[in-house]
Amino acid sequence: MTTPAIKGQAGLTGNSAIAYGMKQINPDVCAAYPITPSTGIVEEFSGYVADGAVDTEFITVESEHSAMSACIGASAAGARVMTATSSQGLAYMWEMLYIASGMRLPIVLTDVNRALSAPINIHCDHSDSMGARDAGWIQLYSETVQEAYDNLLQAVRIAEHKDVMLPVMVCLDGFITSHAIENITLINDADVKEFIGEYQAAHPLLDTDNPVTYGAMTLPDTYMEFKHQQSKAIARSKDVVSEIGKEFGKKFGREYGLMEKYKLDDADAAIVILNSAAGTTKVAVDELRKAGKKVGILKPRLFRPLPYREIADALRNVKSVAVLDRVDSMNGFGGPLFNETRSALYELEKRPKVISRIFGLGGRDYKVKDAVQVFDELLKIADTGKVESLTKYIMNKES
Amino acid sequence: MATLKELAKQDELFSGGHRLCAGCGIPPIVRLVLRSANAPVVATTATGCLEVGTTIYPYTAWRIPWVHSAFENAAATISGIETAYRAFKKRGRIPQDKNIKFIAFGGDGGTYDIGLQALSGALERGHNFLYVCYDNGAYMNTGIQRSGATPFGAATTTSPAGDVIPGKQELKKDLTRIVVAHNVPYAAQGSPHNWADLSKKAEKALKVNGPSFLNVISPCPLGWYSKPEESIEAAKIAVDTCYWALYEVENGVLKINYKPKQKRPISDWLKMQGRFKHLLKPENKPLLDRMQQYIDTEWERLLSLEGKII
Repeated sequence: MTTPAIKGQAGLTGNSAIAYGMKQINPDVCAAYPITPSTGIVEEFSGYVADGAVDTEFITVESEHSAMSACIGASAAGARVMTATSSQGLAYMWEMLYIASGMRLPIVLTDVNRALSAPINIHCDHSDSMGARDAGWIQLYSETVQEAYDNLLQAVRIAEHKDVMLPVMVCLDGFITSHAIENITLINDADVKEFIGEYQAAHPLLDTDNPVTYGAMTLPDTYMEFKHQQSKAIARSKDVVSEIGKEFGKKFGREYGLMEKYKLDDADAAIVILNSAAGTTKVAVDELRKAGKKVGILKPRLFRPLPYREIADALRNVKSVAVLDRVDSMNGFGGPLFNETRSALYELEKRPKVISRIFGLGGRDYKVKDAVQVFDELLKIADTGKVESLTKYIMNKES
Repeated sequence: MATLKELAKQDELFSGGHRLCAGCGIPPIVRLVLRSANAPVVATTATGCLEVGTTIYPYTAWRIPWVHSAFENAAATISGIETAYRAFKKRGRIPQDKNIKFIAFGGDGGTYDIGLQALSGALERGHNFLYVCYDNGAYMNTGIQRSGATPFGAATTTSPAGDVIPGKQELKKDLTRIVVAHNVPYAAQGSPHNWADLSKKAEKALKVNGPSFLNVISPCPLGWYSKPEESIEAAKIAVDTCYWALYEVENGVLKINYKPKQKRPISDWLKMQGRFKHLLKPENKPLLDRMQQYIDTEWERLLSLEGKII
């Protein structure tokens, strides 16, 4: 297999763009296991390894649990480490996700979002990454292939930032983004190299002259101090995400913040939504705006840590909000993004009405008409102040 | 091979002051293995007695770089560390003449049972590391629960000797054979009572290029209900009864390292340990016979393979 040279503009799938970004990052170690729909990343990266396009040591582990375990070992050893997975793979890593963040290891993982079993389903929803939302990982969500690629490059800087030292998960939608070809702008290798810089671990295991103990046993007198430091670090990472997003913008012309506000400034009604479905919702907003309706979108890019002040500020003047979750918390009270957005808004003196809509589970279509319907409902709520159904599934099935 | 005098003069890499029990077989095993490396060592340990007993924060007994991440993944963790080492060597971040050894330690629960997949994967991938299993025959750290390594008949807290079921009714898993089936360059069984044999095996295991494995019997006074001062003796009798055979498989060839002049009956080993008390009752004679028969069969099997490529 020969590696095509890609420069500037390129038509790439999400998986190819991530694999290409990993090639440019050229990490010391990559440990990964195949799972649909993220397999393409691992396959393409293996091609780069086989062709000598990278000199990364690639460990073809026997499971995702071992993938994350090997990443932890390599990262503690001092290496720059990456992996990719989806769905059950992320679920299987779950135990190790907490250990990676608790040990403050700057591992970068791409999660190609896919539903969790049962019933088994290979298509997109956010059950996997949302299931890991309290694992202490920074989570960046990506609407497009371009955003996924840009997020990956920034993730390395965020993870390794001395004020952060935490693992980062880059999320993109399975099939919708991972397998769709998009025309994106790539950054050249030298600029990527300069942007990410070298990683020098503070206390690598491989420094045998200065031995350190990682992963000691803590008792009630010390465990909480570790967790408190970790909690402060992930809270601090919000500003680092902003800084690096700005720096990325200055260097490469595409600036990133904590969230994208789409026609939100004067909106009466807003949808809050993650990843690719924000694109579909934007079409609905454009259509409704043409008809004179004041609607907009808030698309968080950073979900962990939750930029709760910025979310409240962005929705301060909106009358009604629908939070669309591509996952159900199975708590009888909507999805995680709904619960956390609603909680963030509690600080406002004048709060908008907030409803939950669950959509797109297991790859179910979410169409422009669905977004239009939600906006119609929201505008009615904005007028009347009355909510008819707080939580609801958008089934979107012709019967 | 280093003499006992030479070994005693080396820097102690595993310090005293740890909280492992009196009479525990693990510390002498770990100390001896670390002393046999003759090179810088980076180690990992599966969750278990060795881990919790040696690293209660802010203390550590390890004078080498050491990491613990979880229970079932010592082999996967060492895979990552060893791979980072190769990556750094390739990139010139570690001098070419620097030679670091990598060792994973795990108990029988973390190796025979929950860690078997990670171990198998790491062996198959051919990482350059030594895996040392200290086999005390149960989940001792959590309070003596039955594992795949628990001997037939033993009473544990999850296989108690009850009125109807007299202890564990299944035979021990033969992990060393499973490891050998991965065609690793070196695998062996050792015992802390025979320091010379164990030290030689650790040296060999750390010299080979590729994965190597040591399965070492580790007496546990707490779980065996035995006297702490008799631990080393208990290990010796396990070997003299041929319950625990000292053998090695080097590049596929099996060699028995010790053959007792007179094989002692298994009851000699069982009577030192409270966990087998019920097996020595007259009504349980058939169980005792079954255990003896199993040991005899396994020993005969080993003898028949001696010197052969297996």
